Amino acid sequence: MTIIEEVSVPSPRDGDGGPLLEVRDLHVEFHTREGVVKAVNGVNYSVAAGETLAVLGESGSGKSVTAQAIMGILDMPPAKIPQGEIRFRGEDMLRMSGEDRRKIRGRRIAMIFQDALSSLNPVLSVGYQLGEMFRVHHGMSKKDAKAKAIELMDRVKIPAAAARVNDYPHQFSGGMRQRIMIAMALALEPELIIADEPTTALDVTVQAQVMDLLADLQREYNMGLILITHDLGVVADVADKIAVMYAGRIVETAPVHELYKRPAHPYTRGLLDSIPRLDQKGQELYAIKGLPPNLLRIPTGCAFNPRCPKAQDICRTDIPPLLPVTEQDGAELPGRASACHFWKETLHG
Amino acid sequence: MGRYVARRLLQMIPVFLGTTLLIFLMVYALPGDPVRGLFGDKGGSPQVIAQLRHQYGLDQPIWMQYWHYMKNMILHADFGTQIASGRPVTDVLGDAFPVTLRLAALAFIIEMVFGIALGIVAGLRAGRLTDNAILLFTLLLISVPVFVLGYILKVIFAFDLNWLPPNVNDSTNVNELLMPAIVLATASLAYVTRLTRTSIAENLRADYIRTAIAKGLPRRRVVGVHLMRNSLIPVVTYLGTDIGALMGGAVVTEGLFNIQGIGGTIAQSIVRREGTTLVGLVTILVLVYLLANLLVDLLYAVLDPRIRYA
Amino acid sequence: MPDVTKTVPEAAAEDAAVAAAGGTLPEPKPEKTRSLWGDAWQDLRRSWIFIVSAGLILLLLTITFFPGWFTGADPTHGDLAKHFLQKPKMGKFFDPDWLGYDQQGRSVYARVIYGARASIAVGFGTTMAVTLVGGLVGMIAGYFGGLVDSILSRLTDVFFGIPFLLGTMVVLNSFQDRTTWVVIGALSFFGWTQIARVMRGAVITTKQADYVHAAQALGASTPRILFRHILPNTLAPVIVVATISLGVYISAEATLSYLGLGLNGVSWGNDISDGGNQIRVAQWIMLYPSIMLIITVLAFIMLGEAVRNALDPKMR
Repeated sequence: MTIIEEVSVPSPRDGDGGPLLEVRDLHVEFHTREGVVKAVNGVNYSVAAGETLAVLGESGSGKSVTAQAIMGILDMPPAKIPQGEIRFRGEDMLRMSGEDRRKIRGRRIAMIFQDALSSLNPVLSVGYQLGEMFRVHHGMSKKDAKAKAIELMDRVKIPAAAARVNDYPHQFSGGMRQRIMIAMALALEPELIIADEPTTALDVTVQAQVMDLLADLQREYNMGLILITHDLGVVADVADKIAVMYAGRIVETAPVHELYKRPAHPYTRGLLDSIPRLDQKGQELYAIKGLPPNLLRIPTGCAFNPRCPKAQDICRTDIPPLLPVTEQDGAELPGRASACHFWKETLHG
Repeated sequence: MGRYVARRLLQMIPVFLGTTLLIFLMVYALPGDPVRGLFGDKGGSPQVIAQLRHQYGLDQPIWMQYWHYMKNMILHADFGTQIASGRPVTDVLGDAFPVTLRLAALAFIIEMVFGIALGIVAGLRAGRLTDNAILLFTLLLISVPVFVLGYILKVIFAFDLNWLPPNVNDSTNVNELLMPAIVLATASLAYVTRLTRTSIAENLRADYIRTAIAKGLPRRRVVGVHLMRNSLIPVVTYLGTDIGALMGGAVVTEGLFNIQGIGGTIAQSIVRREGTTLVGLVTILVLVYLLANLLVDLLYAVLDPRIRYA
Repeated sequence: MPDVTKTVPEAAAEDAAVAAAGGTLPEPKPEKTRSLWGDAWQDLRRSWIFIVSAGLILLLLTITFFPGWFTGADPTHGDLAKHFLQKPKMGKFFDPDWLGYDQQGRSVYARVIYGARASIAVGFGTTMAVTLVGGLVGMIAGYFGGLVDSILSRLTDVFFGIPFLLGTMVVLNSFQDRTTWVVIGALSFFGWTQIARVMRGAVITTKQADYVHAAQALGASTPRILFRHILPNTLAPVIVVATISLGVYISAEATLSYLGLGLNGVSWGNDISDGGNQIRVAQWIMLYPSIMLIITVLAFIMLGEAVRNALDPKMR
């Protein structure tokens, strides 16, 4: 196997003192009865303040596990982080004490989960759950915290916030519940928000509203945002750059529009080709053949090789490193990288 | 809420009538006779027996007896007369009920405190050595029959160590009541532990716990507020229904420690075939059980905002 | 609603299993189709609780059916002159003297061996009876609903309302000759309610499944729907409750014997009760049947626990 230092995709806006968050060569594995599940196998990415990184992948690609590792909410055991760094403002959070990490959670890095109904405590009022952020992190009184909760609910455009602050999560609609999740994440104006499939559980019309709200608030507070999704449609409007994950690795990164125009990895191409389009009405929809890999037995070489239409012998033996890609004439393509032995053929072919 | 309570109370009526009828039928339809039992092996003169049978209404058909009994009970709160002593059953009840109540209350506290504590410890360490040890301990508690456990404790703490008295003379003395209360609480304690453990272990993996951790809450707050509030709901409901079971389950324990409560009186009544006393006492137990169930349902709505009774 | 009980590794392992079934991988080991029961069996084989309890139960069944293999002594033969309250002779394994003699000069060891039969017979007999009766009542109430359900549910409430031990005591007190069948009958008379409730709940849940609606739409007969489509999916909770209650019935039989209302004949409950009176002079009369009783009840409750863990993935 070739040993090449993989690139961490630099952020164009990294100016003062580097990126907000930088994940370096992160590995996560789960020790289960069936064996060791290698969920994340050397992920590198970074996010700057005010920037949105979309992490794209099928379920089991390791995108959520990476996010949970950043948040520090993995159950360990069974999870284990054998190597890697997660630098927040330059400091490696994996080397911090539990108490120091707890103080970052919620206050400086917050997370929005997919299913707001199950992610909110069913027996505590939303006002209590929102106010708890202020009470725990700022030592605010119960009364002040409730006033803050109402303010937050107003901010995420929940109608009649003052009247509904004592209601319970099940009394809200799906979209309103997700707004409450967002309000909770925003409560302490964190520097980074990780949104794990924030709109997947919602109706299509509500999805757009919630996504817009999130994007607006992000701009307002100049927060970094990591948006985890499997939905290419959601990504296009809000993300600055995209990282595509497969079998616990990043296989391609690119600024969002370039990725859509010219993918540099066969997997990304397959994903794009499987989006239904109006002009293809009546034709059979493309689908990537085969199934996502068994994480207990990841294929040797490139993990995508059994499903890849371009696979050659080298793909079955050597793992392709994530390397910058260039134009045919050698001109740089800033922010672009691919982990494919045949990226040239894919990008230019 | 009011309508729900009314409906539940209405539903209780057939169950209450059915239960009393069932116990009435069992006592009177099965062979044996309380009046004959009064005279022992020698037997009384046929005239005296016939007269007594008439006096207690035992010569009437069984449905007439049931009708009169229920009529008196509901209209006059008259539960009949204990044949052996000639006292009204309500008097017997008045003596026995507070004793059993004290015993059940002490047992209830023991089962609640130790059951929940052990359950929390096991649930937070689900799958580890502590959890397995507590599991084995609770299974053992469930497996030891009450009377065996009573004997064992008596031999150790009363006879060998002389720490506690072997029998209860004064039911207001907590020291005397402690051993029988432990014996009575054991099986329920094990169930409370199992239930708490399961509930904690299950909720520990819930999404909202992950959210609570992601909010940066200290662990004691995650466990103490978010986990407990949810996990203890089923435990509280179980504890509520168990009040009735504790009072009814005291038959063996009261016999073992010579306690003059409802259980002991019931056991005597069964052996002496005292129908009226037995029916009266069991009726009270059934009432306690039914009301406890209703209270638990209402409590459930208070604890879990998702439950609404219309 | 999404499955909130899954943790990440479980989900990952699940994905992995799905992926493996596809057969597109370098060395796809064809995994067997895994059913609830297949999964449960895989789980059970690895559970120490199951192995210990199953071993104990096998031993107990052997003792029950072939007591002669374990002792040549007659449990009812008493020799007052020679053996009255003779102490156990610890070294003499499996000898009639091994566990001492009772106040009638009968070998405690022989009585412990022959006493197994009463407990096992009552335990299995009662469990089978309550599972049949309770299962049927619960199934009818759950499937037909409406008035039938109301009547059967209230009937269940009536029997459930009477404390279990009290009810059986009243019934057994009327019988002079308490054979195994009488005791099984009395315990079953009040014991069926629990299974009925569990069964009713399981049937109501299963009834709403799409495949049941499909069978109904296709015009399948009611018995066919009940026994082919609904019953198999309600068995898991019923089996768990039945296994655990088997231990509970054995314990109840011994308690009734202690109260003087149990089986006539050789039984652990009777011996424990007799031994209780001699507890200050001859503890061994009570000790050994107690140990056997506790081990037996424990074995069945452990088995039920293991089966529950295996059948309910949420418990893992």
